[in-house]
Amino acid sequence: MDQTTLNIIVVGLSFALYFGIAIWARAGSTSEFYAAGRGVNPVVNGMATAADWMSAASFISMAGLIAFVGYNNSSFLMGWTGGYVLMALLLAPYLRKFGKFTVPEFIGDRYYSTTARIVAVVCLIVISITYVIGQMSGAGVAFARFLEVDRDLGLFIAAGVVLVYAVLGGMKGITYTQVAQYCVLIIAYTIPAIFISLQLTGNPIPGLGLFSNMSEGTTGAGEPLLVTLNGLLTDLGFNQYTEGTSPVNMALFTLSLMIGTAGLPHVIIRFFTVPKVADARWSAGWALVFIALLYLTAPAVGAMARLNIMTTMWPQGVEGEAVAQEDLPDWFETWSVTGLLAVEDKNGDGRIQYYNESSEEMAAMAAERGWEGNELVTFNRDILVLANPEIAQLPSWVIALIAAGGIAAALSTAAGLLLAISSAISHDLIKSTLNPNISEKSELLAARISMIGAIAVATWLGLNPPGFAAQTVALAFGLAAASLFPTLMMGIFSKRMNSAGATWGMLAGLLTTCLYLFTYLGWFFIPGTNMLENTASNYLFGIPPASFGPIGALANFVVAYLVSKATAEPPQEIQDLVESIRVPRGAGAATGH
Amino acid sequence: MAEQPNNNAYWSANIRLVTYCLVIWALVSYGFAILLRPLLSGIAVGGTDLGFWFAQQGSILVFLVLIFFYAWRMNKIDREHGVDE
Repeated sequence: MDQTTLNIIVVGLSFALYFGIAIWARAGSTSEFYAAGRGVNPVVNGMATAADWMSAASFISMAGLIAFVGYNNSSFLMGWTGGYVLMALLLAPYLRKFGKFTVPEFIGDRYYSTTARIVAVVCLIVISITYVIGQMSGAGVAFARFLEVDRDLGLFIAAGVVLVYAVLGGMKGITYTQVAQYCVLIIAYTIPAIFISLQLTGNPIPGLGLFSNMSEGTTGAGEPLLVTLNGLLTDLGFNQYTEGTSPVNMALFTLSLMIGTAGLPHVIIRFFTVPKVADARWSAGWALVFIALLYLTAPAVGAMARLNIMTTMWPQGVEGEAVAQEDLPDWFETWSVTGLLAVEDKNGDGRIQYYNESSEEMAAMAAERGWEGNELVTFNRDILVLANPEIAQLPSWVIALIAAGGIAAALSTAAGLLLAISSAISHDLIKSTLNPNISEKSELLAARISMIGAIAVATWLGLNPPGFAAQTVALAFGLAAASLFPTLMMGIFSKRMNSAGATWGMLAGLLTTCLYLFTYLGWFFIPGTNMLENTASNYLFGIPPASFGPIGALANFVVAYLVSKATAEPPQEIQDLVESIRVPRGAGAATGH
Repeated sequence: MAEQPNNNAYWSANIRLVTYCLVIWALVSYGFAILLRPLLSGIAVGGTDLGFWFAQQGSILVFLVLIFFYAWRMNKIDREHGVDE
């Protein structure tokens, strides 16, 4: 059986599973549509949260980001998991106790202000739409590569699949579909990693293999894997894998990812689905267990793939000859077709030299040995995980599994985001502001129609991705860090925080973050309109735009504090509300909306 | 709402627990893995040092333990103050 047929069978089976679950878990009420009827077991919810949170970026891109940078990019590992500590300790149990359906709803009620609620809706939509563009186009690329269809057709298939199970099932359907998707994606991620770890170190657990010795018959047999990798990298003029450059920037970027993670609305709403406050706490822990299974494997996948690539390019070590062009493995050819991988024999010696051409030492060596620059001219970091089974020469069913896993990661996150968007529209805009007398049945219909609308917009944006999509990801994290997180936290931990303080604080966080990003990346990301060039020497205190989230959050806190000090304290019933959010007792009863 | 006067004691016990947990959270990630890494450079782990391990795996494991510890302690505090469900 050829690879494409096998891919279609495996991916098709996984879709059949998702559809079956969607039909079984159809939502009949708004409570089921928005919060899965609040009956989800904390372990199940943890698994669904893990699938919801781990997007195409975690599954496909993260290992590649770590592989090509090494220690410095540990920020992604710590940042994307450490946010769960903040969420579990500072937000999840209290928002569950509050007992409503959406994040803007909490902000609107706690700060007794429709303005605050609308500002929160705007933040939520910007954050979620940005994410969804990436997920939809990621799923489109995965379909295109593995099913050998047109990229646009791939995107339509992805949209169709999400449409069926998200619109039908709402939060209830999504929850159980995400559980299935988690199983698919974690199996797909770990199986190749286990094989590769066994090949290189003999250790079946990749996370431990990373710190083990190389096995017999491999390059550097007997010495630790990381020592071998560092040695190969420095021989070719790259930085050591385990060395860092700027600790302060790394700490700030990590903090930015942590606060951003804790403020992401589509993850926060998952904690509304469990029966009790105590379950919300456990559930955050379980979510991190399931996320950690992938995140502890990812650094091993990154380091091992990098090592495999280096030994592929230099089969006899750096002192020997580079790989001959006709000896390049098959996966080079497969991936060259996609344009994500390219080699160019610059000096025409029939071999492909891969080295760091910007290193002076290497330039001297290159001149001596007749090389004319690095000949592995393109290596897209995203192909690392997808091509991993091919790199390690694993059987074809493993490749089919990776296809299903990548698609599951993208679709589960897209579904969660689309739900967050549609509930903000139907619940926070239509029900709360435009038509408060809407019946539950009509609201459910409105929720489904806004979901279809959101999918249509996401598909259109996926087909015509705006040039700024990549940069708005930084904006989305910065925005979540600077606007939603501090406002939610102050709503719980400060009884004195009032409507004016929260609104001005949110605006301050929002505007400083946007202003800082626009200064370097252009007004609304239009190229050429930036006021300062996007280089390290121009940054305020050397802070790169992507790390600005914590500063925006600080601006939010400070402004909110000062404004609230200068204005009247919140009314008594709001102070009582805060008091009641803080104690778990009685969460089951509070569902009025 | 309008619960017993012991709500203040309950809330300060909660704040204390959260503070301790966040100190550890910051120490393992920003501390051991990044800013204080040179201090740990003498401790070798599998071909590199302990700071690298904390950056790539250790802090994630500590985060996990922290959340479960918090959930367990918090449930106990809930019961002691009679605000559990």
